[in-house]
Amino acid sequence: MNFPAELKYSKTHEWVKMLDDTTALVGISDFAQDELGDLVFVNLPIVGDDVVAGDAMCDVESVKAVSDVMSPVSGTVAEVNNELDDAPEKLNEDPYGAWIAKIENITDTDELLDAEAYEAFTKEA
Amino acid sequence: MKLIFEKGAPDQHLSLLPACDVPEVSFKEERALPLRLPHVSENELTRHYKQLSDRVHGMNDGFYPLGSCTMKYNPKIDEELAALPGFTQIHPLQSAETAQGCLEVLHTMEKNLCEITGLDAFTLQPAAGAHGEFTGLLLIKAYHVHHKDFARTKIIVPDSAHGTNPASARMAGFDVVNIPSGPDGCVDLEALKAAVGPDTAGLMLTNPNTVGIFDKNILKITEIIHKAGGLCYYDGANLNAVLGVVRPGDMGFDACHLNLHKSFATPHGGGGPGAGPVGCKAELAQFLPGPQVEEKGGKYKFVTPKYSIGRVRGFAGNFDVVVKALCYLLTLGKEELPHVAENAVLNANYMMARLKTSYTMAYDTFCMHEFVMSLEGLHKETGIAAMDIAKGLLDHGIHPPTMYFPLIVHEALMIEPCETESKEIMDEVCDVFLQLFEEAKTNPQALHDAPLHTPVRRLDEVAAARHAIVRYNFD
Repeated sequence: MNFPAELKYSKTHEWVKMLDDTTALVGISDFAQDELGDLVFVNLPIVGDDVVAGDAMCDVESVKAVSDVMSPVSGTVAEVNNELDDAPEKLNEDPYGAWIAKIENITDTDELLDAEAYEAFTKEA
Repeated sequence: MKLIFEKGAPDQHLSLLPACDVPEVSFKEERALPLRLPHVSENELTRHYKQLSDRVHGMNDGFYPLGSCTMKYNPKIDEELAALPGFTQIHPLQSAETAQGCLEVLHTMEKNLCEITGLDAFTLQPAAGAHGEFTGLLLIKAYHVHHKDFARTKIIVPDSAHGTNPASARMAGFDVVNIPSGPDGCVDLEALKAAVGPDTAGLMLTNPNTVGIFDKNILKITEIIHKAGGLCYYDGANLNAVLGVVRPGDMGFDACHLNLHKSFATPHGGGGPGAGPVGCKAELAQFLPGPQVEEKGGKYKFVTPKYSIGRVRGFAGNFDVVVKALCYLLTLGKEELPHVAENAVLNANYMMARLKTSYTMAYDTFCMHEFVMSLEGLHKETGIAAMDIAKGLLDHGIHPPTMYFPLIVHEALMIEPCETESKEIMDEVCDVFLQLFEEAKTNPQALHDAPLHTPVRRLDEVAAARHAIVRYNFD
């Protein structure tokens, strides 16, 4: 299981890559993709929508179930990774390369965990 | 196995169709391509479909404990009655005066379902459960709109609900508010109180719920919704647990659907179409889809309610399913009907009691007509997941239980034996379940390799979902 040190993580298993103080790429963690199993569909967020940390941002579908992806931060969706529409398997193959959305106007990142704390959290769960 | 298009040769044909007894007409314009019909002989055709049927597991093949699906025995007398010429040799556009018997069937069924559910009116049009949910939600919407209460846009759905509930609510134009279950598997009353308000259109609930537990707070739940000005919708998918014992209307529900193909024993799954009649209290009856059957002085006619939401399906719904379900109902009668629920609950508790000697139950309490086991512990210990146990069952001629549902239970297997299985059969099945549990510990590889004796081994579900091929490729 891979937990890149340069990323931040939420307890709902999303990663956050800060691009500047208020903008970030977000995606799902290696742990999340492993738990979900092979993904077959991604319902991407809508550009321009406001997202709230801890609330559903979009959903992903595996052969087992449809699961919500929570937003790890509060802000506005600036961009989505349309590549995932045709290639949801990228979330499994390269979870930290396959970003889901770019979020801007981020207000608060204090609740996020660093890689070490997140790795410990996944072991408790 | 070859597909039918891969069999036969251009000069092969069959003579099953009767001679044409109407004047022949030809299409005005030539088709761009010839009709792509299979060319097979009668002999090959029958073999093809026999081979297909050999690959199916139905009620007639073995135990079928598919939780929340109520795969009970379909009595053959129902088929016999539905095949009577008075029911089959009839045209849906025939005038009502010439189809009085069929209208009487519909009317009798509506009245019986009202009595069974404690509701005041029914439509038999919806074709299945989710279609019924959608219809019921349109009734709730019509009710609020009729009262000019346009702010009610939200439907509350517990997290243990069938996936169709939030989907139907969205299809009907509502927003969905999800509320959590408590540790006992029942609705969290405090969360429900916090969720209701002037924007609450209604609640959708299954009782017993999807973990097989009867929510003891049901009267409080429907009262909270009513006090907030909302209406309550009963998802009748699990009616088999309470059929003839408890009525949705008495629990405080304003509308519900019933799955005739589940609780009333008509073939479903691959075996036939469903029927999901919707019932409601008097204050919603004026919005029901039309036409409905009305009886006056022994004569039956079609009428449409005053503020009807309109048709939800052509003609009278899946009429033959209604005939079979009515036959089932009349065969049992008022006296025997409660025994359906009693024996369904007894059977489920018997299997649960035997299996919990090894398996971990998601909720260790008496269950209703079904119960949920969590294989999370076994999975951690042995690497054998619910999926592997399910595949192992196939080699024993047993259809697997419902898997990975409800979502609130990890590694879930949900077992619903139904009332139509004997103790001897259930004992055999329990023995297999217990044997597989031991095998998970002693020889996990055997379960990873299962199934060995099925026409196909493990299917690539991911490839099937990512690259669905749903049409024969002629080129």
